[in-house]
Amino acid sequence: MLLHGKAGLLTRRQVVAAGALGGAGLAIGCATGKRGTWEFLSQGQAQTLATICDQIVPADEFPSASQAGVLNYIDRQLIRHYRRHQDVYRDGLEKTQAMSRTRFGQNLNSLSEQQQFEIVSDLSQQERHFFELVRSHTLEGYYGSPRHGGNRDAVSWRMLGLDEPPVLGRAQYNLKRGSPS
Amino acid sequence: MKRVNVVVVGAGAAGGIVAKELSVAGLSVVLLERGKWYTANDCRKDDLRNQRTTVLGNAFGPEDEGNPRVWVDARGEGHTVLPSEGAYQNDAACVGGGTLSYGAQAWRYLPQDFRMRSTYGAPAGSSLEDWPISYDDLEPFYEKAEYEIGISGDYSGTPFHGPRKRPLPMPPLPPGREFGILEPAAKRLGLHPFHIPMARNSVPYNGRGPCMRCRWCVGFACEVDAKNGSQNTVIPIALLTGNCEVRTECMVKEILTDERGRARGVAYFDERGHLQQQLSDLVIVSGCATETARLLLNSRSRLFPGGLGNRYDQVGRNLQGHHYTGAVGYFDFETYDDVGPGATIAISDYNHGTPGLCGGGMLANEFIRLPIHMVDRLPANTPRWGLGHKQGMRAWHKRSIQIFGPTQQIPTAEGRVTLDPSVKDKWGLPVARVSGNVHPHTFEIGEVQARRAEAWLKEAGAIHTSVMAGKPELVSAGQHQAGTCRMGNDPKASVVNSNCQIHDVDNVFVIDSSVHVTNGGFNPALTIMAIAYFASDALVKNWKGTGFRS
Repeated sequence: MLLHGKAGLLTRRQVVAAGALGGAGLAIGCATGKRGTWEFLSQGQAQTLATICDQIVPADEFPSASQAGVLNYIDRQLIRHYRRHQDVYRDGLEKTQAMSRTRFGQNLNSLSEQQQFEIVSDLSQQERHFFELVRSHTLEGYYGSPRHGGNRDAVSWRMLGLDEPPVLGRAQYNLKRGSPS
Repeated sequence: MKRVNVVVVGAGAAGGIVAKELSVAGLSVVLLERGKWYTANDCRKDDLRNQRTTVLGNAFGPEDEGNPRVWVDARGEGHTVLPSEGAYQNDAACVGGGTLSYGAQAWRYLPQDFRMRSTYGAPAGSSLEDWPISYDDLEPFYEKAEYEIGISGDYSGTPFHGPRKRPLPMPPLPPGREFGILEPAAKRLGLHPFHIPMARNSVPYNGRGPCMRCRWCVGFACEVDAKNGSQNTVIPIALLTGNCEVRTECMVKEILTDERGRARGVAYFDERGHLQQQLSDLVIVSGCATETARLLLNSRSRLFPGGLGNRYDQVGRNLQGHHYTGAVGYFDFETYDDVGPGATIAISDYNHGTPGLCGGGMLANEFIRLPIHMVDRLPANTPRWGLGHKQGMRAWHKRSIQIFGPTQQIPTAEGRVTLDPSVKDKWGLPVARVSGNVHPHTFEIGEVQARRAEAWLKEAGAIHTSVMAGKPELVSAGQHQAGTCRMGNDPKASVVNSNCQIHDVDNVFVIDSSVHVTNGGFNPALTIMAIAYFASDALVKNWKGTGFRS
């Protein structure tokens, strides 16, 4: 199951390399599931989810969740290990848009950054189960292994200052002079 | 299928040793394991799918499909749970069992750990009891385990250990940065820090090389095979004797008994799901506390209507593990050196001897952390999401130290494994139903231990700390699960005698953590191994040809 889309990974990397300065709009453009669409999410759901994920891990000098491929991770797992959460995602994304329309009269993606933050804050209070799932899955996608489609090019590990690829074995001691070992 | 002398059910820490000891002694052995046989090549380094972080499943079993359990919450409501969910309280299902992917701390329990009731008295409502055997009985077998499995470490820094005849066979790994920070702090507090004993090669040993000190340690199969479990030590020896056959992906359905009430073998589902019988002179159950109890309870017959060994309703009771508590310290300098296994320093000053507390536990620094381990371990005032969380990850991932320890649990008879009346696994067998909890005094001890961890971190220079001491709504009995087939002299209050032989049935043995009367304040693997050597020794001495008479 983990070997899924090896060629796809390469494609994504190329896309990122080509559009690294493209900003948030990049997120959706990165979808490289089968036939160029998401495996579980609709395009609309993906946009809503990307907005929520990017509130959980926003962009600063390092990429946001969606820029790092978190949507790839969640979308893949929703037809694999997280199949049991499909309904929660469907309902939750719908309710998010409903909240956005009720409160601001517009779709989530048309709101300002601050308004999006407010909606996601409300979500974290009123739709706890859905929000906690998205939060966990976003952090998994962002900080977990790149092999699952998130943490593209191990960007979060680099952000934390971890060697990537890791330095192993003897070389480690020779490289880090002054360490107690 | 050819009749053999011994069927061993479960190829984990204990089952592997029993298979090796008996096959070396000349008995014919079939070792049945419900999981697969993984090797160093299966390390995979998958942060989200291993035995510690299981959000995408257990890397080394059981699979989420077809292996449910039922967890009963404090209100008495049952919940069907999957192996990758916390409440399942999983232990790996594979050749090697937990020892393929464990952190590999290899502790001896202390002499007092075998005398908990005599030392403290049993708190009301608890089932705290003494073991029928002592530390001294086990000492030679601890030593045998340390040398045959291969343990590195150094006890010389602490007076808090039982008498030992030989030092550990391997020196400890060179200390990491956290050791350098924590050791002087512990000494300033008057404590006795020392190197954690580990079933991990620090130098070449047993034909395999030493640890390369990578980031993917606890929860993973070791990429360079430097971590010592039954799968790369004793089980290969068992196979080399020519007397042992390992059958993987075989799920035992029940222990078969004859009309006189003696076991005649087991019925099991093979890797294709076909029902098979393996007849034998002896049956040894080494399935770990939850699954061992389940198998005995599932082995019902006319003579044993409540399950094998369960005449007095003792099988499955006294479930225990460890109550992990501790603290995270945050520093204004880098503590992270990216050198595994990370856990290097411990104290056992607090295992016993605090007035008012029935025991305590060891405290040690945590294994090397992966970023995913840090997302919920940031300082208390850090936002749980948003830019603040991201900045918190950047600020603290490399500038924190975690100290945790396994508080010895005070067991109760109500913390137990039974069979669920309706939920079945993929073979159609009733699944384990886990209910009850340990004695609440456990949580008081855990709270004190967490404060002690915090004090150590503060002494080491932590500028913030988070204390982590919860009151779980279940017996914390995952990888450290124990106690469900208590060892004892009274058949009405225990399941096996001090040779691990079921009181009721003289040719069925339970040899694994199920027999632990209490579970010490340490990781249990080495004690499980010592008991396996101890029980195998008694068994071989009592073996008479094709029969067994004790």
